[in-house]
Amino acid sequence: MATAAARDTAGSRAYGVTAGADDTAGHEHAFDAAVAADERIEPRDWMPDAYRATLVRQIAQHAHSEIIGMQPEANWITRAPSLRRKAILMAKVQDEAGHGLYLYSAAETLGTSREELLDKLHSGRQKYSSIFNYPTLTWADVGAIGWLVDGAAITNQVPLCRCSYGPYARAMVRICKEESFHQRQGYELLLALSKGTPQQHAMAQDAVDRWWWPSLMMFGPPDDESQHSAQSMAWKIKRHSNDELRQRFVDICVPQAASLGLTLPDPDLKWNEERGHHDFGAIDWAEFRAVLKGNGPCNEERLTRRRRAHEEGAWVREAAAAHAARHSNGETGATRA
Amino acid sequence: MTTTPAEDTARTAAALALGDDALVLSHRLGEWAGHAPVLEEEVALANIALDLLGQARVLLSMAGDEDELAFLREERAFRNLQLVEQPNGDFAHTIARQLYFSAHQYLLYDALASREGPFAPLAGKAVKETAYHLDHAEQWTLRLGDGTDESHARMQRAVDALWRHTGEMFQPVEGLDVDPAALEAAWLERVTEVLRRATLTVPEGPRTGAWKAGAGRQGLHTEPFGRMLAEMQHLHRSHPGATW
Repeated sequence: MATAAARDTAGSRAYGVTAGADDTAGHEHAFDAAVAADERIEPRDWMPDAYRATLVRQIAQHAHSEIIGMQPEANWITRAPSLRRKAILMAKVQDEAGHGLYLYSAAETLGTSREELLDKLHSGRQKYSSIFNYPTLTWADVGAIGWLVDGAAITNQVPLCRCSYGPYARAMVRICKEESFHQRQGYELLLALSKGTPQQHAMAQDAVDRWWWPSLMMFGPPDDESQHSAQSMAWKIKRHSNDELRQRFVDICVPQAASLGLTLPDPDLKWNEERGHHDFGAIDWAEFRAVLKGNGPCNEERLTRRRRAHEEGAWVREAAAAHAARHSNGETGATRA
Repeated sequence: MTTTPAEDTARTAAALALGDDALVLSHRLGEWAGHAPVLEEEVALANIALDLLGQARVLLSMAGDEDELAFLREERAFRNLQLVEQPNGDFAHTIARQLYFSAHQYLLYDALASREGPFAPLAGKAVKETAYHLDHAEQWTLRLGDGTDESHARMQRAVDALWRHTGEMFQPVEGLDVDPAALEAAWLERVTEVLRRATLTVPEGPRTGAWKAGAGRQGLHTEPFGRMLAEMQHLHRSHPGATW
C-alpha cells in the first residue's frame, strides 16, 4: 500500500500505539482507497480483521491442498511405468511440498503460524480442496490430475497473481509457473496413453471420465450459493466468480480433449453459438456437499495419513529443536546430558 | 577411444552396479513422499531421490536400455548393494542408510571424477550432488544423535542395525578403477567422526552378514527386495511393449 497515511498508521500500529475510533476510520479509508487503486496490501499495513481472517482461511486452505494433494500422486511414485515418468512425478510431488511451504509462509505474514494451521488441518477445522478426496486408481489418473486438476487450479490461480494481498499474489506468481509446467506434463502423459495400445487408451479415457466432474467442482459452488464471493471480489482477493471461471475452464478443455483423442463424459456438452461458450450438463452438487462434509471416497484416508505422518514425525521435530537449542549459542561442545 | 570387448563388459558391469545402487535407493526414498516428519524433509528426500534417479538413468543407459534394465530384470539380475534395498524403517533408519551410502558414494565419485575413464563425466556432476546428500545425512545424524534421549536411542539402533551391510561397499567392482581399501579407510574415518560428534557409539559388530560381503553385487539380495521390485515393475510388466 503506497499511501502515506496508511504507511504512517501502519507504522504506529506496529509500534503498539493503540488506535482510537477515529484512527480506525482513517485506516479503513486508506485501505479502501489502496484496494480501489489496485495497490498491494503488505503485511505491516493496516487491514480489516475480516480481510485478514478471510485471507488466512483461503491461503491456509490452499496450502493444505498442496500438502494433501501430494498423496493421490505419491500413490503412484513407486509404480511409475518408466524412469522418465517416475522422475517427472517425483519432481512434481516435490514441487507441491514447496508450494505448501510458500503458502504457509504467506499465511504467516498475517500473524498465524504453520504449526497452528497444520493443527487446524489435522483437527478438521480447516479444509483442503475437495478434489483430493478422490482416489488414483490407475496410472492414467496421474495424467488426468495434471491435465484437469492442475488445469482447473491454474484457471483459479492465475487471477490470484493480481490478488490485493502482496505476499499471496507473489507466491501465486511462482506457483502458477510450476503448475503450468505440471499441467503440460499431465497432458503429454495422457497423450502418450491415448496414442498407445488400446488398453492404454482405455485407461486414459476411464481416468478422464472419473476426474472430469470433480475437476469442475473445484471452482466451488454456483455463484448464487457462494457465501464468500461478493466480499472477496470487493476486496480484490478474488477477481472472477466461480461460474465464470468454471465456464472458462470448460471452454479451454473441450478442444484439448479433442486433440487428445478423448471424450468428456457429458452428453449435454455442446457449443452455444449465441453465448460464445460451451453449454454443459448439471453438476451433482449433492456429491460435492458430501465430499466437503467428509464423506468423499478418500477423506478419511487422506486426513489419517497426514495426521500419522505428523505424529510419527514428532520425535524428529523434537530432536531438531533440542539440538538447535543446545547448539544455538555457540556451545558446540555441549551435548545431550 | 577404442575399447576391447573385455573392457566393454567390465564397463557395463560397473555401470549396472552403480546404476542399480542409485535406482534402488531412489525408489526407497520415493516411498517417503507424503510421510516425512516435516515439510522441508518432503522436499529434501524427494530432491535426493531425484538426484539418484538421474544418476541411475545415465548409468543404466551406459549399460543398455534404462527401462528394460529397471523394469524387466528379475531380482537375481540386480547388482545393487544390499544396503540400499533395506526398507526405510523410521526416519533414523533412513538417515543411517543415507549416511553410510552417501559417504561411500561421495568418496567413490570424488575418486572417479579425478581420473580418466568412462565414469569421469558422470562422477564430476554426481560428486556435487552426493556432497549435498552427505551433508544432509550428517546434519540429521547430529540432530538425532545429539537431540533427545529418544532420538539418540533410535539413531543408535539404526546405525547398529545397518552396520552389517557396510562391508559390501568396499568389495572390488569389476571395471571401476578405484582402490577399495583406500576408499574404506576414508569412509571409516568420515563416518566415525560424524558418529562421535553425534554422541553415538561406533558399532562394533561385523560389517558383513552371514552371506559374504558383496552378495548384492552378485544378485543375492535380502527378502524385502523382491517385494520392492514387484511393486516397481508391476505396471510396466502388465503392458508388454507399450511406451509411456
